[in-house]
Amino acid sequence: MDIRPILSTLMRHRTAASLIVIEIALTCAIICNALFMISDRLTQIREVSGLVEEELVRVRINSIGNDPEENARTRSDLAALRAIPGVKEATVTNQVPFVNSSWNNSIRLDPDQQQPTLTPTMYLAEERFLETLGLKVVAGRGFNPDEFMDASTAMAGLDGSSMVPAAIITRSMAERLYPGEDPIGKSFYNGPISVRVVGVVEHLVRPSEMGGPTAREYSMIFPLRPHYNFGGNYVLRTDPERRQEVLEAAKKVLRANGADRIVMDEESKTFEQLRAEFYQAPRSMAWLLGIVCVALLLITALGIVGLASFWVQQRRRQIGIRRALGATRGQVLRYFQTENFLLASIGIVLGMLLAFAINQVLMGRYELARLPLYYLPTGAVLLWLLGQVAVYAPARRAASIPPATATRSI
Amino acid sequence: MFAYYCNLALRSFRRDRALTALMVLAIALGIGACMTTLTVFHVLSGDPIPGKSDRLFYVQLDPADSLGYTPGEEPSDQLTRLDAETLLAQKRGKRQAMMTGGGVSITPDQAGQVPFVASARYTSADFFPMFDTPMLHGNGWSAREDESHARVAVISSELNQRVFGGGNSVGRQLRIDQADFTVIGVTDQWRPTPRFYDMYSDRYGALEEVFVPFSTSRDLRMGRNGSMDCWGDSGGDSTSLNAPCTWIQYWVELESPGEAGPYRDYLMNYSDQQRAAGRFTRPTNVRLRNVMELLEFNRVVPGDVVMQLWLGLGFLLVCLVNTVGLLLAKFLRRGGEIGVRRALGASRRAIFAQCLVEAGAVGLAGGVLGLLLSILGLWAVRQQPYSYAELAQLDAGMLLLTFVLAVVSSVLAGLLPAWRAMQVTPAIQLKSQ
Repeated sequence: MDIRPILSTLMRHRTAASLIVIEIALTCAIICNALFMISDRLTQIREVSGLVEEELVRVRINSIGNDPEENARTRSDLAALRAIPGVKEATVTNQVPFVNSSWNNSIRLDPDQQQPTLTPTMYLAEERFLETLGLKVVAGRGFNPDEFMDASTAMAGLDGSSMVPAAIITRSMAERLYPGEDPIGKSFYNGPISVRVVGVVEHLVRPSEMGGPTAREYSMIFPLRPHYNFGGNYVLRTDPERRQEVLEAAKKVLRANGADRIVMDEESKTFEQLRAEFYQAPRSMAWLLGIVCVALLLITALGIVGLASFWVQQRRRQIGIRRALGATRGQVLRYFQTENFLLASIGIVLGMLLAFAINQVLMGRYELARLPLYYLPTGAVLLWLLGQVAVYAPARRAASIPPATATRSI
Repeated sequence: MFAYYCNLALRSFRRDRALTALMVLAIALGIGACMTTLTVFHVLSGDPIPGKSDRLFYVQLDPADSLGYTPGEEPSDQLTRLDAETLLAQKRGKRQAMMTGGGVSITPDQAGQVPFVASARYTSADFFPMFDTPMLHGNGWSAREDESHARVAVISSELNQRVFGGGNSVGRQLRIDQADFTVIGVTDQWRPTPRFYDMYSDRYGALEEVFVPFSTSRDLRMGRNGSMDCWGDSGGDSTSLNAPCTWIQYWVELESPGEAGPYRDYLMNYSDQQRAAGRFTRPTNVRLRNVMELLEFNRVVPGDVVMQLWLGLGFLLVCLVNTVGLLLAKFLRRGGEIGVRRALGASRRAIFAQCLVEAGAVGLAGGVLGLLLSILGLWAVRQQPYSYAELAQLDAGMLLLTFVLAVVSSVLAGLLPAWRAMQVTPAIQLKSQ
């Protein structure tokens, strides 16, 4: 189809044409960025934790004031929890994924190095930690029974007189510390203390967002038995369908084991719930962005329908004359479709430039990644389709103008 | 004339119902989105303590060891306990307070009530007058109680309701952790937004439920929370007086903003002395920020909220461009009518005014609908599990802004179409009829 006559008509309706172009450009720019942010949020929500989440529940407990018997009490708590029918494993730990409270230590590969190499999070583990959480050891081994010691003893002497007997780290942390090497048997320094890596787990996410997306799995596990006042997290593993029952039983067992403690009901939940709450903010943001995208597309489509209808009405005579001179309905229809395609194309080109500009600003301010190139054709196709769908009805109306209009005066 | 233009606008709306509805809807959606996000931003970015925020200063020193030191970097974000207690004893400001957040167990006296966990703040006497904490009953404590490690507590009105069933409970006993405290004050409703005095716990959280003298809290080893940064050997107790750990927030109130300079000099002097004594190893690096500077530095408004604000504005812009296009179509479609009015003697200015009245009317209708949408939007925000969710309320100022924004933006959107409409040449229009 010859586009010259289309262009010369558009030049005569510059204002209206540029309005459509601007609207499409803005929509394209916003949608490209919004889609990118949605995918970023979805990546967060779908994050792998490394835990057998659907089998785990967490019970939170706190002593009233200080408990001089906290180590002994932790042992009796664990024994009682493990005896609950349906409980496969139980452990106590200082922090759990999906709860924004974390213990982080700076580590160095060389004790005299000026800046720390990494600031991973530190999980304190007792004997059944790996089994309860369902962590997968992919290299080396789990802890040996003689490597465990009470965390309260170890913490009191972190000046070097004490030591951390061994550590298990995540694969992500191993690759960051010892790229391309076998991490087993290597050492790093936790403060002045040398710690030897004995095992690597496939995944273990850190509780907080500290360090950003790349640091999500910089986690290390020390065989230091925490007592229940180190964060107060009892984690129990059971069958998915028995979680609620086990949760209730566990609260009862803990309450029975001493009245001078508080079991926190609103913080005792299944990991499924903890996860859902933890990702609530990115989930809401993704929904919001999605709704805005749909609304934007709708508004733009309606704007195109409005202006196209106006043009069709304005050019009734012109269309009638073309029809009288032999143009088919199809040709009239395609005329308007092509016109819209041209406008959309200009809008899309401008929109992409704008999309990149917005992305640059966001990258500077919010540590967003660079907009991947494949978002641009996606946005383009979306807006081309939108334009064609929107213009179809007005174009059909134009095509149905009878040739007699040419000779009829209004 | 204005009434006549309104009448004409009404007729025009009736003639083109679908188009008018579309324009009103577009503006309403734009205004609704914009006002929802703007209200949330407005609530979260406000001055938490107006009238005083330029005289309250947050103190930072750099006591960490030289390992990991990078020249030019920010000093530690909190103070060590020793530095805080020393500055507090030297009393160089009008008022000063050291503080940290924590959690305590409350065991109610009444039968049938079970122990529960409450949020706490361990601080010193000046906290209450310095931050203008409103009191329902009683008062805060004085420096004497700080020194004598007194077992006194100020509680929130919610906790007062929960434990004592309301009323003036000053003088009553409250079991906190394993000790008995005398209630000496009950705070009134107060929700500084953001909770500026502690950047290291929930920044938009409610006021703490229990306030206890810092000295007392250390005697009883009450549980603390928030961030703590340690280096070197803390001998097992990172909250002890000489532990090399930063975990205390320190605030000072000065007589006037102008006294910040001398106070900063005092801090630098203190820092130099500490280095001379061998306690500090890094070069003197002092910060003294007032409330708004601290909030700005800590980027207290969540990134998502700022992003949403821009998204709302972008959305409104698209809606406005859309409205410009539709108004243009609407006015030019009436070229004939405008031609007749011009031929009958209406001036260009009159046509222009008439078109703007029509655009303004669309804006007003869009504003009303947009207001409903933003009320709905804010309701949706309040359903979210953010600690600031309940604060997302429309106030009178924002209500007014909604209408101003709606009318101004639609009149702006009407300018170009009205300009084009007024240039319609009567002769051509009349000839083509």
